[in-house]
Amino acid sequence: MARQVRVWPVAVAFVAAIALEVVPLPDFLQPVRPPLPVMVLIYWAMMWPERFGLGIAFIVGICLDILHGQLLGQNALAFCVVTYLTLRFHLQIRIFPLWQLTMTVFALMAVGAFLQLLIEGIAGLAPAGLARWSRVLSGTLVWPLLLGVMDRLRMQVEHRESTFI
Amino acid sequence: MALTTVEREPGHFRSVSLGFRLLLLCVLSITLMVLDHGNQHLTSVRKALSVLLHPVQILVSAPFDISRSISASLETRGKLMADNRRLNQEALVQNARLQRMAALEAENARLRALLDSTVKVGDSILIAEIVSVDMNPYRNMIVINKGGQDGVYVGQALIDADGIVGQVTRDRFYSAEAMLVTDVDHALPIELARNRLRSIAVGTGELDRLSLPFLPSNADVREGDLLVSSGLGGTFPPGYPVGVVRQVNSITGQPFLEVSAEPAAALNRIREVLLIIPKINEDFTEAAELPTEEEVANTLVEEAS
Repeated sequence: MARQVRVWPVAVAFVAAIALEVVPLPDFLQPVRPPLPVMVLIYWAMMWPERFGLGIAFIVGICLDILHGQLLGQNALAFCVVTYLTLRFHLQIRIFPLWQLTMTVFALMAVGAFLQLLIEGIAGLAPAGLARWSRVLSGTLVWPLLLGVMDRLRMQVEHRESTFI
Repeated sequence: MALTTVEREPGHFRSVSLGFRLLLLCVLSITLMVLDHGNQHLTSVRKALSVLLHPVQILVSAPFDISRSISASLETRGKLMADNRRLNQEALVQNARLQRMAALEAENARLRALLDSTVKVGDSILIAEIVSVDMNPYRNMIVINKGGQDGVYVGQALIDADGIVGQVTRDRFYSAEAMLVTDVDHALPIELARNRLRSIAVGTGELDRLSLPFLPSNADVREGDLLVSSGLGGTFPPGYPVGVVRQVNSITGQPFLEVSAEPAAALNRIREVLLIIPKINEDFTEAAELPTEEEVANTLVEEAS
């Protein structure tokens, strides 16, 4: 049972995802930086729903808000809703074939992006433009890769067979 | 709406239903956002959290700092000599300019005293480096490595060797967030150096373009005009270069010109910025006293050293 497993490699994965969110990139790459934190959240909420829940999503969101200098709670709210949806449907999502799973992740990220757009609109902040949506697209393209890496990590952590690939 | 997992594993800590937890966290984040809106009530919370997240910043910028220091220590002797020669020449030229500046400054002070207006005291500066960390990808913001503990405050003006860079928007104790002049939320009171026509330069979100939307269609503005800060509003000290007018479009039937300018500061190449520490002007009457040329020259020398 996945109770006695080490959790710290997963924590490292989360910190790495957050750090990669602020790693300097050339200007032309910035609009296509995949939104790794939310993707990692989706993965672990789907695979370990009994461990990774809304609390983690909230904390990761607050960290990003601080690092990005955004409204405190903006990412947190979006991440909580995305994670909730993932947890709610994790049994269905888990058994999807890869392409269908990727589409689901795309939809989840789009929901998150839309929520942020909504929040910025209500708060009267300057709209982010197309970069938000191009990031969702690049995240979708990167998802299969992330899935592979995270599956490998989970296999190491749990000492059991991978679900995908 | 209990989660299936909860039913499968009775006695697990997640006894509260998922929907309720979501509601709770949503209310919490909305409360946070309302309180945080307009930088109002959560500055200390933000500061504390950003101190906690400081290691992430260090972690991210470390490879860049290390590679820079390695490349600096592997610099060839020839390159260093060439650099040294160039810098010496530059220093010579700058010093020559500074000599003339001293005279001009003294003259300016004398004339201002004649006009009974306050003497503009030279500002002193604090050098900060830009941390290699990307901020919000949708905004033109930077992080600098000086913060509240170095005396950085919100609203402080940032310049580089060529002109105004931006202003500090949030102080994080060990570092600070600054908004560039090209951010869509940034507006900067300027005047044309040629005819002192005042206006406001608004950011466009592009690093190489400012827009001047409030110039009437009969305003005397030409391509190549230098924009300097006007000092109105109090955030930016007057007289620092902001940009150069690149395009003037007059649209028939429109009351305002479409003017775009290129920022003077090299916003996408800067590594170091200077934080301006304005000296508080002495009392009006005191200021009217004439500083001698030597005094002004001395203060200039002090600042230069």
